[in-house]
Amino acid sequence: MALYFIIFGKLIGSQIGDIEGFRYIDFIVPGLILMSVISNSYANTVSSFYFSRWNKHIDELLIAPIPNWLILAGYVAGGVARGVIVGIVVTIVASFFSDLSIHSYGITFLVFVLTSVLFSLAGFINGVFANSFDDISIIPTFVLTPLTYLGGVFYSMSLLPEFWQTVSMANPVLYMVNAFRYGLLGVSDIDLSSGIAIILGFTLVLALYAHSLMKRGVGVKS
Amino acid sequence: MIPAIKIQQLAKSYKKGPEALKGIDLNVQSGDFFALLGPNGAGKSTTIGIISSLVNKSSGSVEIFGYDLDSDPEKAKACIGLVPQEFNFNQFEPVIEILINQAGFYGMPRAKATERAEHYLKKLHLWDKRKSQARELSGGMKRRLMIARALVHDPKLLILDEPTAGVDIEIRRSMWNYLKEINQAGTTIILTTHYLEEAESLCRNIAIIDKGVIVENTSMSAMLRRLNQETFVFDTEEVITDLPKLEDFELTQLSDHSFEVSVAKEKGINKLFEALNQKGICVLSMRNKQNRLEQLFIDLVGAQGGQS
Repeated sequence: MALYFIIFGKLIGSQIGDIEGFRYIDFIVPGLILMSVISNSYANTVSSFYFSRWNKHIDELLIAPIPNWLILAGYVAGGVARGVIVGIVVTIVASFFSDLSIHSYGITFLVFVLTSVLFSLAGFINGVFANSFDDISIIPTFVLTPLTYLGGVFYSMSLLPEFWQTVSMANPVLYMVNAFRYGLLGVSDIDLSSGIAIILGFTLVLALYAHSLMKRGVGVKS
Repeated sequence: MIPAIKIQQLAKSYKKGPEALKGIDLNVQSGDFFALLGPNGAGKSTTIGIISSLVNKSSGSVEIFGYDLDSDPEKAKACIGLVPQEFNFNQFEPVIEILINQAGFYGMPRAKATERAEHYLKKLHLWDKRKSQARELSGGMKRRLMIARALVHDPKLLILDEPTAGVDIEIRRSMWNYLKEINQAGTTIILTTHYLEEAESLCRNIAIIDKGVIVENTSMSAMLRRLNQETFVFDTEEVITDLPKLEDFELTQLSDHSFEVSVAKEKGINKLFEALNQKGICVLSMRNKQNRLEQLFIDLVGAQGGQS
């Protein structure tokens, strides 16, 4: 992550002018922090859940008197813990490269945790359907990375042509990055309340879906 | 008395597979040591999988100590300890942590869980390995670890799916003694095994399942009483040159120092010994040619095969 700060922030960023009144490196820091939260939360649940299926020790939980929602909550908590810890470390690293300030602690914390929950759930669902170790890297490589890069981490949506601005609205990562940027910098390409509502909506849908998969025993029971 | 297990019309069909269970009914009484036997693919592991919530049933009902597995799953599951056929613990976790975590899954506080883990690791001769990763254990040790794990939360019902597969005879015997001990202390045990002498020596009641149907469900003693004929192998002191012909028994020579005789139940073995004495044959030792239960098992399963 430090390389992102050096290459995009310092080297390339110094050649780019201000965006929405902020130096380029200050503008991209919220997105880079969130990018690490997304990838780590996702990676944690998908790998730990798939490994427990592959190694069959998921049976220990299925046999025990633990409700399905609690098993799901346990895996998601693991993903959130890793996402938040890595996010905090990246924030500390970012403070060496940029003038980091927090516009709203409440919004920053809310988006930080909600994003982590959302992608932990997504990783869990990937872990349920994965049938090989290759399957746990396909989604992060071919879906998550493009969504993150096209989610306004490195640019303001206002720089895009109108058509691509409309297309970008379908990308959930855009709402998270902009809501988080609002928390840190106080600027956002999207309406904050609708952004948070969309994140909450996605989280709820994925939570219900993941719970129904557990209840039906998809991937874990024959 | 509430049965430990009450199964009614339990059926299971796998996608793209055969009907594994065809509506079986089965009751296991509390405190019983119960054998569930059957050939490979008969439906034993499917039945155990459904009881322990690892397999989704297609229809029917399962009650564990009166708790319905569908409407009261947590209470039903809390009664069960499972030793599955395949190793299913985290291979990279230290042995003692596997037990402590397992107890935690059943709501046991860590201090008590640690105490119980120590008790069972010592009981099953794994205490020296408590800090080793599970993958470093031998096959027999892994089996014992699974038994310790199944017992750590003090279940009322212990289900053992081929627990002694691949275990040497000395450890197998010590495991049998331990299982008898915990059964006498009140734990209901269900055992599936391919070692029929194991079932015969341990279990009081038995069910035989074949092609998804219970073909026999009775007490072990009633089952063994059905055996009409047993074949014994005799070892002699002197070389057998010419086997005598006996009136009621047919002798077949096996080697220079051994022969076998099939004895019908109504004839009794005393008559055979009298006849052998009269012919001057000095017997050194005698054994069953085949395990008695094995003989019945083959008859039952073979009969079913013949009918299908």
